[in-house]
Amino acid sequence: MQRIIFAALLGISGAAFADSGILNKDCVSCHNITGPAAQTLKEAFAKKGPALFYAGNKYRQEWLVSWLQKPQRIRPAGLYYGDHIKIGAKSDEIDAATLKDHVVLSKDDATAVAAELMQLKAHDDLIAKEKIEPGTITKQNGEMNFDKFWGCMACHLIEPEFGGLSGPELYTAGKRLQPEFIASFIRNPQAWEPKTWMPNKDASNGSIQKFVQYFDVLSRESANAK
Amino acid sequence: MLNKLSPVFLLAAILLAAAIPAQAKETATDNYKAYCMQCHGLEGNGKGVNARDMAVMPRDHTDAKAMSGRSDEMLFKVIKEGGTSISKSNLMPPWAGTFTDEEIKDLVVHLRTLCKCKFGT
Repeated sequence: MQRIIFAALLGISGAAFADSGILNKDCVSCHNITGPAAQTLKEAFAKKGPALFYAGNKYRQEWLVSWLQKPQRIRPAGLYYGDHIKIGAKSDEIDAATLKDHVVLSKDDATAVAAELMQLKAHDDLIAKEKIEPGTITKQNGEMNFDKFWGCMACHLIEPEFGGLSGPELYTAGKRLQPEFIASFIRNPQAWEPKTWMPNKDASNGSIQKFVQYFDVLSRESANAK
Repeated sequence: MLNKLSPVFLLAAILLAAAIPAQAKETATDNYKAYCMQCHGLEGNGKGVNARDMAVMPRDHTDAKAMSGRSDEMLFKVIKEGGTSISKSNLMPPWAGTFTDEEIKDLVVHLRTLCKCKFGT
């Protein structure tokens, strides 16, 4: 942080540094930035934030810069939902009191950290296998594929108020994630995270391409701007 | 020649085995907590945090009457291959890529403790 302050005093953007120091000093208390991924449930349960050692192959840089300045929860029930739910009147509910907000970064710090994260490129091999096919899908057909054919809404929100709560929301996925990552993770979630809650549904490539297109459609809706 | 090399190969094999972390078998309790509870609930009663918007409610694992109508083989199949494999909802995904067969067998035993029932009783 001293480095950033010093840079600010000199009128130099934090982004000018290849290493802001924030990632290695502050982010590592909650995020795994070196790998490997959690290999046991004990390790997975202990995670405080998503692994970032493949962040450069996962996130869109512009989204990172924006989100780090105004972080909003992506997983409604936290990283491991089991730590953040309680028995409710009709069904289990999110226990909001147990959830912690992400730290907010300044524009310069967010820019610098995002640039560093984009250097973390584990699993280049998995990304290289993906080919995103050009095309589009109507929201209706995308929803049909997602909900009816594959049942993904069981765990994911496709609108702010519709869908499952244990997984990450997907109505912002198109803005947040690189399409090759979306395709690769759906194709084989365990190749990225052996203990992810996400099942391998053995989706065909055609369906995977439709998911990518659907998330793009969803992320362009003004109601889902975030 | 083979006899001279064998100890070297043996040592290499031991070192290689030590270098590759064996995928430890998880307990059924932990697997249930990690993967099943999100839909089937903290108490296994089908009222999981994800159930709110589902068209078909998750199975209540504490319902002895309903669960005793499912054989162990059927429970194994639905966990491994998903709901559609037994003509049920696709909201229940296939977990073949997550669990080993042994872990699924343990989960079936775990389900029997939740329902306090056996098939056909």
